[in-house]
Amino acid sequence: MIEVLFYILSTITLGTALLTIFSRNPIHSAIYLVICFFSIAGHYLLLNAQFLAIVHVIVYSGAIMILMLFTIMLMNLNKEHEKHKPKLIIIAATIAFCLVALVLLAALLKTKPVVESYYNSGTDFQSIKVLGQVLLNEYMVPFEFASVLLLVAMIGAVLISKKEKQKA
Amino acid sequence: MESTIIIEKSVIIIAVFALTMLMAMYSTLAERKIAAWLQDRVGPNRAGKGGILQPLADGLKLFSKEEFLPNTPNKFLFVIGPAISMSMALITSAVIPWGDKLHLFGRDIILQATDIDVAMLFIFGVLSVSVYGIMIGGWASNNKFSLMSAMRAGSQMISYEVAMGLAIIALVMMSGTLSLREIAAQQSGMNWNIFYQPLGFLIFLVCSFAETNRTPFDLAECEAELIGGYHTEYSSMKMGFYLFAEYASMFISSTILAVLYFGAYNYPGMDWAVENWGVNIANVIGMVVLFAKICFFIFFYMWIRWTIPRFRYDQLMNLGWKMLIPLAIVNIVITGAVILLFQ
Amino acid sequence: MSLDTVSLSGRKKEVSNKKMTFWESLYLVAIAKGLVITIRHLFKRKVTIKYPEQKREFSPVYRGQHMLMRDDEGRERCTACGLCALSCPAEAITMKAEERKPEEKHLYREEKYASIYEINMLRCIFCGLCEEACPKQAIYLTKSKVIVKSNSNREDFIYGKDKLVMPLEMAIQNTNQNKAS
Repeated sequence: MIEVLFYILSTITLGTALLTIFSRNPIHSAIYLVICFFSIAGHYLLLNAQFLAIVHVIVYSGAIMILMLFTIMLMNLNKEHEKHKPKLIIIAATIAFCLVALVLLAALLKTKPVVESYYNSGTDFQSIKVLGQVLLNEYMVPFEFASVLLLVAMIGAVLISKKEKQKA
Repeated sequence: MESTIIIEKSVIIIAVFALTMLMAMYSTLAERKIAAWLQDRVGPNRAGKGGILQPLADGLKLFSKEEFLPNTPNKFLFVIGPAISMSMALITSAVIPWGDKLHLFGRDIILQATDIDVAMLFIFGVLSVSVYGIMIGGWASNNKFSLMSAMRAGSQMISYEVAMGLAIIALVMMSGTLSLREIAAQQSGMNWNIFYQPLGFLIFLVCSFAETNRTPFDLAECEAELIGGYHTEYSSMKMGFYLFAEYASMFISSTILAVLYFGAYNYPGMDWAVENWGVNIANVIGMVVLFAKICFFIFFYMWIRWTIPRFRYDQLMNLGWKMLIPLAIVNIVITGAVILLFQ
Repeated sequence: MSLDTVSLSGRKKEVSNKKMTFWESLYLVAIAKGLVITIRHLFKRKVTIKYPEQKREFSPVYRGQHMLMRDDEGRERCTACGLCALSCPAEAITMKAEERKPEEKHLYREEKYASIYEINMLRCIFCGLCEEACPKQAIYLTKSKVIVKSNSNREDFIYGKDKLVMPLEMAIQNTNQNKAS
């Protein structure tokens, strides 16, 4: 049952991910990406991580992709007047992709998968209470760093978007 | 899985679905009736006794209208827009506790489609996704007014989601759980959250007005500027779906307001009723009480609609970002301090 | 005293641009006040007149469908002089005159009468100028107390003598009343 679900979800994920790249219309791309995010949330649910799944939906499909759609709609990119890219860029992109693929392949081949059977630790890790305690006790410093990073990014965005005052 | 559970859950799901649709249908009539009454008029009174069949007549009219597709390159997205709106409006009802439990056929039946651990987050997830219905529909209409309206709706919903989430966090800090069932159970008696979180309730109320695109925040369909808003190009039942989705989400958000802040199915003396009259009767009364609370909030939505004029766009954004969010943060700080003091 | 200091309606309010206090700028009190005002209207008497069942009373000078009058002996007053058609600003009236035969003396008062008298109700603006122009007091808009009905056919709006002339029963009634008084 779960295996079948996994295969269906994986097909959707990979299919929409590919369609995101290949579709010409940027809006279609964005919408495929949204579906892709949803199927990834489905994967989280299969792993019994409800919290992560919902947060993934809220943050990625609910906020980030909406803003992305905004930008696309505002810039009116829906007309398909993409310019042909110079040959050099195409070649460079291909080479870069091959290199990345090589690295990934090598990493995949060199890994030694640790096959262990699951054991029941007794704590329910999908409960938010446990998650919160882990985040704010064991991983306090990285958690706070992440929030500071977000704050800095926000202030930076405000600073950039503000027009510089002209000297009178 | 036991087959009885499947039967039980499917009965609940179908009942909730039917209830939501019925309420949405009759909200359209209630809207027109209340609008009329507040303006010293009578309202629709021709279809059936006192206009009771008006929603059926409206539905029939919408069904028999011509199905018109504008010249848009995205026929599929144009069709999928109202569908997303509608399904997202209906899907939230899955996590709402409609009552405590009934004791039937020798087993306890929990009156909730599913009791997930992250129900509150689920509601937020659905809310944030429901923007897509409007945005996709507005964009696929190939009409600049629809697009503008879609943008307005999108930015408005994103802005107010933040304040709404922050208002909820204070409540979650207090109750210590995200499950709606537990939150409802914690408010037994007159222990309603509204008495502990008045500021949070106010923020949540304002935000839920904005999230459902109701007046005074219905900038997405303000007819003076944007013709019909995002559903300008829609006709027949597709437009009906958009309108219907608005009422369905109004019903759902009234329910959430009642569950989170007004004690859900609890009423004073419920424990006494359970002891003396039995679980079933006490819980049926509880369901009726919840229903009454929901109806009050639906009425409140309409009452507000005919009282407060529409906001201007900059006022809307100022209210959201400069008033509600700071207030919500202050609310969180106060709640945290109080919790620390009394621990 | 200049005009802007006088309050004609007695409800004039001075506009001030004073800065709002914090509580006022929250609008909460104002919204609550507004809610009270609207809820009060919920319990007020509704002013609607439910039309087909209830009808608003006509005022005595209400101008409705035209009526071609008869005199005390039940004869038509109209002599087809055409002054009403001439005075009509919307050119809604047409008529055709004919000479009265001796045996028709009990039907028409004057020696000439209108064999065809038509008013196009789509053109008519119910101004009452025909009534004013008529030298024989033959046409009235105030007597019939009937509103011209809506219709789905343009031809049906051209009212002929069959609809315009005062019904005989009404004329008999009038005569009886006049005799009694």
